Amino acid sequence: MSRALALGGCLTVLVACAALMSFIWTPFDHAALNIPAKLQTPNGTHWFGTDHFGRDIFSMIMVGARTSIAVAFVAVGIGVTLGVPLGLWAAARQGGWVDEVIMRGNDLIFAFPSLVIAILITAVFGAGAVNAIIAIGIFNVPVFARVTRGGALPIWAREFILAARVAGKGATRISIEHVLPNIANLLIVQATIQFSLGILAEAALSYVGLGAQPPTPSWGRMLADAQTLVSIAPHMALVPGCAIILTVLGLNLLGDGLRDRLDPKLQAART
Amino acid sequence: MLRYTLKRLASLLISLAIASLVIFAVIEVAPGDPAAFMLGLNAQEDTLAALRAELGLDQSKLQRYLAWVSGMVQGDFGTSYQYRTPVSEMIADRLWVSLPLALYALALSTLIAFPAGIYAASRRGKTGDVAVMSATQLGVAIPNFWFAMMLVLVFAINLRWFGAGGFAGWDKGFWAALKSLTLPAIALALPQAAILARVMRSALLDVLGEDFMRTARAKGLSRAQALRRHGLRNALIPVLTILGLQFSFLLAGGIIIEQVFYLPGLGRLIFQSISARDLIVVESVTMLLVFAVIVVNFTVDLAYAIVDPRLRQRQ
Repeated sequence: MSRALALGGCLTVLVACAALMSFIWTPFDHAALNIPAKLQTPNGTHWFGTDHFGRDIFSMIMVGARTSIAVAFVAVGIGVTLGVPLGLWAAARQGGWVDEVIMRGNDLIFAFPSLVIAILITAVFGAGAVNAIIAIGIFNVPVFARVTRGGALPIWAREFILAARVAGKGATRISIEHVLPNIANLLIVQATIQFSLGILAEAALSYVGLGAQPPTPSWGRMLADAQTLVSIAPHMALVPGCAIILTVLGLNLLGDGLRDRLDPKLQAART
Repeated sequence: MLRYTLKRLASLLISLAIASLVIFAVIEVAPGDPAAFMLGLNAQEDTLAALRAELGLDQSKLQRYLAWVSGMVQGDFGTSYQYRTPVSEMIADRLWVSLPLALYALALSTLIAFPAGIYAASRRGKTGDVAVMSATQLGVAIPNFWFAMMLVLVFAINLRWFGAGGFAGWDKGFWAALKSLTLPAIALALPQAAILARVMRSALLDVLGEDFMRTARAKGLSRAQALRRHGLRNALIPVLTILGLQFSFLLAGGIIIEQVFYLPGLGRLIFQSISARDLIVVESVTMLLVFAVIVVNFTVDLAYAIVDPRLRQRQ
């Protein structure tokens, strides 16, 4: 196993465990205000310190991981469920008008500055986790459609597809039974990358107040709270920032490691 | 080349048309009556109606869409509900912050990424390469607004080298204005530089494996000479594409960074207008950003085709 894969896997599992753990146990109630204990730096009782309301930052980070993961996960889900069938369809009708329409539509979505549109969507339809998910998810659709089509096209030229055709299978069945399993690796790697981008996007939206709303904790909003206090309580900004960085870094390393491991050709070319 | 240009131009216009429709539709379904918002709760029905007529809100959706688009083509972006001033003037003011910021960040990103990418490629597999690549992994994972906060903490609050926010204004002198854009530009540039350095490295590595590079070495050029005369120019093609994409990303990404530094740019204009439900401003600024992105991509595509004639034929 490569170092990237091991390190990335460990970081990802760590964050996932923290999120799962928060359902049954956190050191403190993440929402409990405790003004006398406000703005404590990390210590034995409050491992990551407390914020301006005396809330335990370690507990907030654990619960916040849930929000980040949930938003990014569903956003990737939207991209996969819509993008993959579109990509498969485009590849099956390569060069036809279906292909053309799908790919031009993709180009169009790519041309939009995603952050601006996400802000527009959340601003107009109301700030909140659900709208943030939709805003991030929409931009995952063309990514998966493009990767799926790109991966599927060379598969369609292979002999076993010809054999399946001769056996009388239709384009839909061939796409599902023969093409999809052959591009699954590609999609898993892409999903990991989009997952990390989703976490960054959620943090940015929450930071400007358009993501998950209080009392749901989110890393981005913790940073927004920290901003005015950064000179007197830098730990309030450092801790959520590091949580985001380690999560994204973990997912990126995991994606890189998986790509190397799942694609033997690439591995041969790299060494 | 003409055929290719026309084809790309047609798809540019279609993209712009669809983009304007989407943005108009999104704003259209936004809840709330701008006229009621402007006049407050105690407004009389006839004053409301008069204001709606003045703003053109009593016309049909199609009429308003056409008026908006044809206005924009002539440089008229409508009148702000909140300030009653032309949106085009507001945008022009803010553009003097956002555009220099994006260009500054692009320059910084290129200045960091090119040497880093070239160095990593030339030290492939060695410690230097691993160090640069690890740094870029970290750079990609850092949220730029968090990095911006850390820059403020270190360079503005602790070292007092820069102001913590705000914009000096170009009338205070070029260097003063540039100085107030420096931290924001660094915050914007660093994650982008990480991506660009990776692209630069892999583009160079691809080129280094080409036959013409072997030929260049065979005819007696040193490694560095071959890299400079033949390698870089060929590696620049994919790098240019990413650079174009990055410019639009920097322009849009500035929205969040402007929030951190309280810079009076397009980003702050969008957020202020959102909270004031000044939707005509939101609509026009969004369209302007989309327009900028689409036009930049179009220009990059053309530049690409000029540099690489093979592309024209394939289309």
